[in-house]
Amino acid sequence: MPNPKQGCPDLLELAAVTPHNGTQQAWLDTAGPNQDIGMKHVRNTIKATAALAAMLASAPAVAAWEPTKPVEIVVAAGAGGASDQMARMMQAAIQKNNLMKQPMVVSLKGGASGAEALMYMKSSDGDANKVLIAYSLIYMLPLSAKIPFNWRELTPVSVVAMDQFVLWDNAAGPKTVKDFIAAAKAAAAPFKMGGTGSKREDHVLTVFMEQKTGAKFSYLPYKSGGEAATQLVGNHTEANVNNPSENLEVWRAGQVRALCVFDKERISYKTKVTATQSWNDIPTCKEEGLDVQYLMLRAMFLPGKVTAEQVAFYVDLFQKVTQTTEYKEYMEKQALKPVFLTGKDMMKFLEEDDKLNASLMNQAGFVAK
Amino acid sequence: MEALGLLMHGFAVLLTWKTLTLMMVGLVLGIFVGVLPGLGGPNGVAILLPLTFTMDPTSAIVMLSCIYWGALFGGAITSILFNIPGEAWSVATTFDGYPMAQQGRAAEALTAAFTSSFIGSLAAVLLITFLAPMISSFALKFGPPEFFSVYLLTFCSFVGLGREAKHKTVISMSLGLLLAGIGMDTVSGQLRMTFGSNNLLRGVNFLVAVIGLFGISEILLTMEERLALRGHAAGISLKVVLKVWRDLPKYWVTLLRSSFIGCWLGITPGGAIAASFMGYNLAKRFSKDPESFGKGRIEGVFAPETAAHASGTAALLPMLALGIPGSGTAAILLGGLMVWGLNPGPLLFVEHKDFVWGLIASMYLGNVVGLVLVLTTVPIFASILRVPFAAVAPMIVVSCAIGAYAIQNAMFDIWLMLGFGVVGYVFKKIGIPLAPFTLALVLGNRAEDAFRLSMIGAGGDMKVFWSNGLVGSITTLAIVLLFWPVIDSVFGSVSRLMRPAKAAR
Repeated sequence: MPNPKQGCPDLLELAAVTPHNGTQQAWLDTAGPNQDIGMKHVRNTIKATAALAAMLASAPAVAAWEPTKPVEIVVAAGAGGASDQMARMMQAAIQKNNLMKQPMVVSLKGGASGAEALMYMKSSDGDANKVLIAYSLIYMLPLSAKIPFNWRELTPVSVVAMDQFVLWDNAAGPKTVKDFIAAAKAAAAPFKMGGTGSKREDHVLTVFMEQKTGAKFSYLPYKSGGEAATQLVGNHTEANVNNPSENLEVWRAGQVRALCVFDKERISYKTKVTATQSWNDIPTCKEEGLDVQYLMLRAMFLPGKVTAEQVAFYVDLFQKVTQTTEYKEYMEKQALKPVFLTGKDMMKFLEEDDKLNASLMNQAGFVAK
Repeated sequence: MEALGLLMHGFAVLLTWKTLTLMMVGLVLGIFVGVLPGLGGPNGVAILLPLTFTMDPTSAIVMLSCIYWGALFGGAITSILFNIPGEAWSVATTFDGYPMAQQGRAAEALTAAFTSSFIGSLAAVLLITFLAPMISSFALKFGPPEFFSVYLLTFCSFVGLGREAKHKTVISMSLGLLLAGIGMDTVSGQLRMTFGSNNLLRGVNFLVAVIGLFGISEILLTMEERLALRGHAAGISLKVVLKVWRDLPKYWVTLLRSSFIGCWLGITPGGAIAASFMGYNLAKRFSKDPESFGKGRIEGVFAPETAAHASGTAALLPMLALGIPGSGTAAILLGGLMVWGLNPGPLLFVEHKDFVWGLIASMYLGNVVGLVLVLTTVPIFASILRVPFAAVAPMIVVSCAIGAYAIQNAMFDIWLMLGFGVVGYVFKKIGIPLAPFTLALVLGNRAEDAFRLSMIGAGGDMKVFWSNGLVGSITTLAIVLLFWPVIDSVFGSVSRLMRPAKAAR
């Protein structure tokens, strides 16, 4: 879920900094010796051995090109949001498994609801040391806010996951989708639906729920999914359509109820997450008579005008990332759909997804004239 | 006392040589980044976060939070010595801290700042220790109307209680609100006042503005007056320290009031900045001699620093219990927690006791160690003032430029900083206060969003700001503070009328 600015925007602007290159190196150097030297040495030896083994095993697949300076992973959202968490998971997975010689730094560019990151990537033509972790904002933002950006100007590397949307209400609220819709229709004032940002995924879903059911909602655009979650717990809104990861903790604490998931099939994870329910126990919205579906991509992009070797390096890198335990645990914990698409498959997917999102935005009336 | 037992357990987790070493390292690094304007706590934590991935979560969070404490202490140093707030909430510290340094009382001001930081944090940590479960449910009571009323209270207290002419405060505040509107509007999803420029997409960064308005403009003023930064030998620290501490009990009301304001604003994610300004304004309001504020009064350092640190520390509570970061640094720590597989939320306190109580224990230890560390280094920092202005000024400008650039890695921000430097210079010349401007810049966006969300939720009915006891009392208090000068003079004349009447009887 896009968390353009979590909590307090201005402070976060300050937070949204990961100085890179020289600065980063300098800091690493100063701080390095202060760690437990003995442990570090042992760990490094283990790491080196592991890296050597990995290199021998995958020798033919190693691409000719390699990054020559720290790689910047650009996050189009604020600190603590789903994109940021995913970027940090990748950073940790790459570092722990020694998948790349150069370090990876997370660079938060969540300004203007993520438009900052898009423009930053657009202006970095040919710089293969920057990778964008993208989500459906690449289709929606140019339409709603008239940002001069087109994802075709960047170089697609791979789709790494698909994110779900779930309809949630307060644990004290109606218990099923039917009851919920009935209560929304009967209410004197429209039900308040919290979500992230305006004219984005959450807002589109709300409009589609209105169109399908005839119930009216007043949509409250918060700065982040985390905020939308606590506002639901505090009873300031009646419902939200957060991604699983955004409501996970309040769900586990029994403060919210998962009514249905906006997908054709149920989420596959069957391990109990709350005392009584697993992700798989949440019915699909269609099962519950609300025929609305939406999935959101999580994909990696390089800037435009990079070479084929450079793309090959990153395709290989992210493929390796998807095989790490860190990635697998993360997918299950956040209830993401593991997907790996690259090359032609990815292009086909992107074109179709683009069309779908554009038509949704058009139907919802969110395209800026 | 269950809390005490858990706390003792936390100390047991901490008291190993490895953890204590990490703590010292964190504090020293923190003070260092705190001293550089613009680099500050959030950046320090962000830069060092990857280093901690291979540590266990408790060691990692202890080190990171110590960087945070160190940066909090360090931020006061530049505000007092050079009138350049290293952190947003240090702005109010400059009001009296800098005049004190100019009068040759730098060591005294620094001691006061460090000591009150310590007291503020301690108050907040005590609160976290004993009231954690209750506070998180209090924070849940805050919906858009409540948030707006808190911001309104901050703005109103500024107009009503400020020392400057009211119209100038309002002018300054309005300009700040105008600039805060640049960039993406969350509620409508549209861009505002960006004029097609990519650099304006992110809006005007608050810290860039602060560095320019305070730091660069100060250099300009000093150059014009051909003054050296008038610092004298800072004296032997132990004597000064003891002198300040001896005077401490005299200011217990101020310290208590500021701690209270800080804790309150920290747990309602209103932020440390509002707290430091409110602490300062209220101390001035209730002082017997409000005129002496802004001219180097030690209470003017105590009040904002205590409030800022109480709220900076209390802000960690909503982050742990609700996953809502109350400050920039808290947001980075939040990212770190998730990497270590600890999801902040209501269950964190139940499922990861070791970690939570280790962190709380580290707040106690880190503060004590930090205080000792900064106090022993006061003479070193105060001696910076003895370096000739011609040598120090270029270094300050360069460090400001690096700080402004580092916030978003944008060259444009350096130009913006210089622009704000000129604006700050002009404002100081024509007597427009800078503080309302910066306050509006930092809170303007949030206040606007909160107001519009309240209006959407209530269907445009203003009565929503009096819809329950909490929001009603805050809104009413805000309006009372706004018209305080009027109310004050009415009460004054009434009591004057009463007195002769009594005398006549």
